[in-house]
Amino acid sequence: MVKLVIDGKTVQAEEGKILLTVARENGIEIPTLCSHETLENTGACRLCVVEITKGKRKKIVTSCLYAAEDGIVVDTKSDRVLKVRRFVMQFLMARCPTSDVIRDMAANMGIAPETRFKPSEDGKTCIFCRLCVKACEDVVGVSALGFAFRGVDKALGTPYREPSPACIGCGSCAYICPTRQITMSSTENTRSICGKTFKMKACSVCGRYFAPEEQLAFISKKTGVDLEALSVCSSCR
Amino acid sequence: MSKINTLDALDKAAKKGRDLLFPSTKIRISIGMTTNSIAAGARSVYDAFLEEKKNKNMKFDMVKTGGMGFDSVEPIVDVVIPNKPRLAFAKVTVEKVPVLLEQVARLNLDRELPFYRVDEQEDIFTGETIQYVKGRLPRVFSKISLREEIPFYKNQLKVVTRNCGVIDPENMEEYIARGGYYGLHKALTEMKPDEIVQEIIDSGLRGRGGGGFPTGIKWRSCREAEGDIKYVICNGDEGDPGAYMDRSLMEGDPHSIIEGMIIGAYAIGASQGYIYVRNEYPLAVENLNRAVMQARKAGLLGKNIFGQKFSFDIKIAKGAGAFVCGESTALIASLEGRAGEPRAKYTHTVEHGLWDMPTNLNNVETWNNVPIIIARGSKWFSQIGTKTSSGTKVFSLVGKTNNIGLAEVPMGMTIRDIVYGIGGGIYNDREFKAVQTGGPSGGCIPKSLLDLPVGFDELADAGSMMGSGGMIVMDDTTCMVDIAKYFLDFLAKESCGKCTPCREGIRRMRSILEDICSGGGQEGDIELLKEMSDAIIDGSLCALGGSAPSPVLSTLRYFQEEYETHIKGKKCPAGVCKKLIKFRILDEQCNGCGKCRKVCPTRAATGSRREPHKIDQNLCIQCRACYEVCTFNAIIIE
Repeated sequence: MVKLVIDGKTVQAEEGKILLTVARENGIEIPTLCSHETLENTGACRLCVVEITKGKRKKIVTSCLYAAEDGIVVDTKSDRVLKVRRFVMQFLMARCPTSDVIRDMAANMGIAPETRFKPSEDGKTCIFCRLCVKACEDVVGVSALGFAFRGVDKALGTPYREPSPACIGCGSCAYICPTRQITMSSTENTRSICGKTFKMKACSVCGRYFAPEEQLAFISKKTGVDLEALSVCSSCR
Repeated sequence: MSKINTLDALDKAAKKGRDLLFPSTKIRISIGMTTNSIAAGARSVYDAFLEEKKNKNMKFDMVKTGGMGFDSVEPIVDVVIPNKPRLAFAKVTVEKVPVLLEQVARLNLDRELPFYRVDEQEDIFTGETIQYVKGRLPRVFSKISLREEIPFYKNQLKVVTRNCGVIDPENMEEYIARGGYYGLHKALTEMKPDEIVQEIIDSGLRGRGGGGFPTGIKWRSCREAEGDIKYVICNGDEGDPGAYMDRSLMEGDPHSIIEGMIIGAYAIGASQGYIYVRNEYPLAVENLNRAVMQARKAGLLGKNIFGQKFSFDIKIAKGAGAFVCGESTALIASLEGRAGEPRAKYTHTVEHGLWDMPTNLNNVETWNNVPIIIARGSKWFSQIGTKTSSGTKVFSLVGKTNNIGLAEVPMGMTIRDIVYGIGGGIYNDREFKAVQTGGPSGGCIPKSLLDLPVGFDELADAGSMMGSGGMIVMDDTTCMVDIAKYFLDFLAKESCGKCTPCREGIRRMRSILEDICSGGGQEGDIELLKEMSDAIIDGSLCALGGSAPSPVLSTLRYFQEEYETHIKGKKCPAGVCKKLIKFRILDEQCNGCGKCRKVCPTRAATGSRREPHKIDQNLCIQCRACYEVCTFNAIIIE
């Protein structure tokens, strides 16, 4: 166990536990956009930065990646921290002016858009948090989504912007997307996502269409469970 | 190539190399053949020499070497005549080749006076003096300047670039003849790994890639880190605009990098090394690959090097040219086959690096320093340079100086000595305005700091950085807002795009600078730029974003009034920003020659012969063509 101070409060934490978790467990809220309990943190959004004092040195660190250390003093709302958060939100508001999620979050933080930043007009709401990419790769295990290009041109999507043969239509990306950039549409027996339309499987008991056939085939292959056994929806299982 | 596993075998190889470098009967003609020499026409000059040799049935050895450094007078041809001074000819063209050869053969040097001669030279590796001239100097040579009299070379100290332009990079024996692999032999047979690490610490060598971290300390951390396998990496992903010293070293002296890495690997306990080079450096890749093969054949890479219980090999990895891959964690990601994106460095790469194993990464020039430190000792090395920045640094001196090229100087030399001494002052006698050091993450240093000694800490205190050693000299026709805009544009495109402040922030700063340069600057822009800079520096994930605002901050620090003139006065004092300038013809100066009328692409310049001309502002696109062509100074920029 290590002892540290967060926002004036002395707390104890297991060594190696990240600051973000330690703060939250102690009722101190730190905003994030790219952290998710099921995924490894990447430190992409930069909202969770905090200022730490270690000995005589003060520095800004990423609380979702920085492990708690004995004796450090953490300030989650210092001027430097708030300045970073303000600009991160203002950058994102300019990038995705149509995103109500970002707008509301900024409003809650008391941050207004910076008028000097011309809002993007492409209508996209992707904030490059990479939760979808991580979920697709680390949780689902198919890596159908990724990034292309770099810098200002960085773009999220499937390789060559074509429907991905690897995509199984599971919808994890749409589920995890915080700004609803990735969406999924359905008819009774189809599901469309990431430029690909999937045939849905009807439950062999109740007849309800419940999952893409490709997803069930993928799960069967991965787990060795017979495809027949997977043809029953969760309500009838 | 026979195996080199003993000192005796090394001596034999050195003897062979010396016979090539200092021929006793034949003339040796070498021509610098780096990427920039080739761009200056070196390849056709080389071919012309071979052609002439064949046609006239002449006997001399023809060799391609690395670059001699003085790039504005390339192609440079270096001639070693047995027992006579070594000669160099500058700006050699295909047409000059027959004359030059005839002169050299007859020792009649009047028609095409050599650029310089070298009578004797210190072999930096051994400290001994090499005498080119045997006996008395023939009179014919006396009117040729000595190399040490040429301003460009006068104050240089070639330690790292000692072999560039001297040896044939394709010939390992020539490298050995210059002391190569002797340092490795000493390290492996006489020193313990800990002693080598201590030697590097004592030398005070600091990383030449930009950060300036003490190399020996890094080695020690990696040596002490736990891991079954350890790696050493050479970072050859040089990407700063205007900087090309690493390319020159990889092209001109690849074995030195390899030797440095073997010594490092032995000291750290690594068994595998990687050299990461950008694919835009095809000649560097070719020369490194060849050198690795040669070293392998000689047993200097592979199992039981010099008969010791130490095995090590090197692979060359080609990068796709992303600037961010020069950042160590992005480079490692790229080596592992992932996209080149940095990660937070809370766990150090010396502990968890490539494939999660302890990894020691150093830049090309840093590795290059290692063999000579081992050969001559840390004491010798630390006497060069300053207390906090020991050794030399290779700078690529480019921009508006008269002399352009790679200059290696002891640390601590002043910027004035580099720009006015080595660089020979500003081109066209214009006014010095600033020098940009450290690449896109560096900053601009103004005239008032010309006497600043170059060193890691001195440059950082001045708001810039050493970086990899790029030095872009700017004169009074350079607009500092435009320069900041240029660098931010580079960084906006080269950011990996992973984290928000860097990906979004740099382009927002760039767009404000674009506004300022085109007359749309607003009150409060300077303050906003400063605020954004703070947030981007504090908020970015890696050093690229963390230093991206530097071009803006350093130009604001020294040239804020230039920003204000753009914003408030809607004028560009340097006459660069097109939307803020007007070209006007002064009636009293114009004699109506019509040159401007002929060159104007939009027919904005008009007038009758011998009558003062006029420029129609509605048609003018500020292309500067009239301004450049007018020989009567009749056109002014307002």
